[in-house]
Amino acid sequence: MSDVARRLQRHHADTAPGDARLEGEESDGLGTYLIGFALAAALTVVSFLVARTTLVWQPSIPVALCVLAVAQMGVHLVFFLHINTGPEGVNNIMALAFGVLIVFLVVGGSLWIMDHMNNTMVPMDQIMRMQR
Amino acid sequence: MSGARATTGRGTATRDPYRLGHRSDDRQPLAEHAERDAASKRIIVGYGFWVFLLSDIIVFSAFFATYAVLVNATDNGPSGHDLFDVGNTAIETACLLASSFTCGIASIGAQTRRSFLFYGGMAVTFALGATFIGLELHEFVGLVDQGYGPSRSAFLSGFFALVGLHGVHVSLGLLWLLTMMAQVWAKGYRPDILRRMLCFSLFWHALDIVWVALFTVVYLLGVVA
Repeated sequence: MSDVARRLQRHHADTAPGDARLEGEESDGLGTYLIGFALAAALTVVSFLVARTTLVWQPSIPVALCVLAVAQMGVHLVFFLHINTGPEGVNNIMALAFGVLIVFLVVGGSLWIMDHMNNTMVPMDQIMRMQR
Repeated sequence: MSGARATTGRGTATRDPYRLGHRSDDRQPLAEHAERDAASKRIIVGYGFWVFLLSDIIVFSAFFATYAVLVNATDNGPSGHDLFDVGNTAIETACLLASSFTCGIASIGAQTRRSFLFYGGMAVTFALGATFIGLELHEFVGLVDQGYGPSRSAFLSGFFALVGLHGVHVSLGLLWLLTMMAQVWAKGYRPDILRRMLCFSLFWHALDIVWVALFTVVYLLGVVA
């Protein structure tokens, strides 16, 4: 297959999630895994250091940990699962976006509702007194 | 009018540019048809499994939500700050991250039919995954022995449910890993076996993503709080 034809095919085709390239293209993609592994390892090490350090302002640590975790999940998606924004990966991205939406609804909604219920609930000792 | 357009091949192509579920492609000459057919089956299987993984992650999100709601309900018992050993978690994390990398090497080996890379990568992945499970079981047994089992407080129920669910996934993944090695050994690098290998590597990488959320939310935030 000529180079131009291959580029055309690439434009009109999908890739499966987890496949770095279309079938028939020659490159084994070890470099992608190496970059991903290095980035993920660096982010993990920073996460564990940040959790133990006393050098930074303490209230900022949970936020920093969440940001690092989201960044590392992004690294895993791009370099290990090969989810990309190219024209051949649109279906994968759309499914991922929907999944993330549901995850936010479930986790965020649960925390929000249960926090309000905690705040408006009568404290336990008062309930005991009312029952007497 | 639009219905009539959609029945022609060209109309379908413009409405569904990625042609998911459409095995045949009238723009390809007949000689290349078989090759295209095999390629699109791999894409469909991979996409279907990707959708399954996302729904599995939604199951995990429900367990995460349960844990986050119950994390302060310790019933005057120990909190995560008193119980968690960050050193143990760091070793577990290193095992799982390295196993994700070696799983990638194994799938390269399967794609390019290099048996040394495939069997070697799979064997190392299994060893690292088994080490992870061993460390997790050791942690669980230690907690239960101290009297801090899942029935001690709502916080510990949520903890054992969430971390245990991930552990069960990893254990099933290890079983699947051995099955894949046996299938390649017995049947060779057939296209259907390679599709199963694609699904397995997606599964293994997704478990690592869940673990990233897990060690951050449960262990690191638990120790910091």
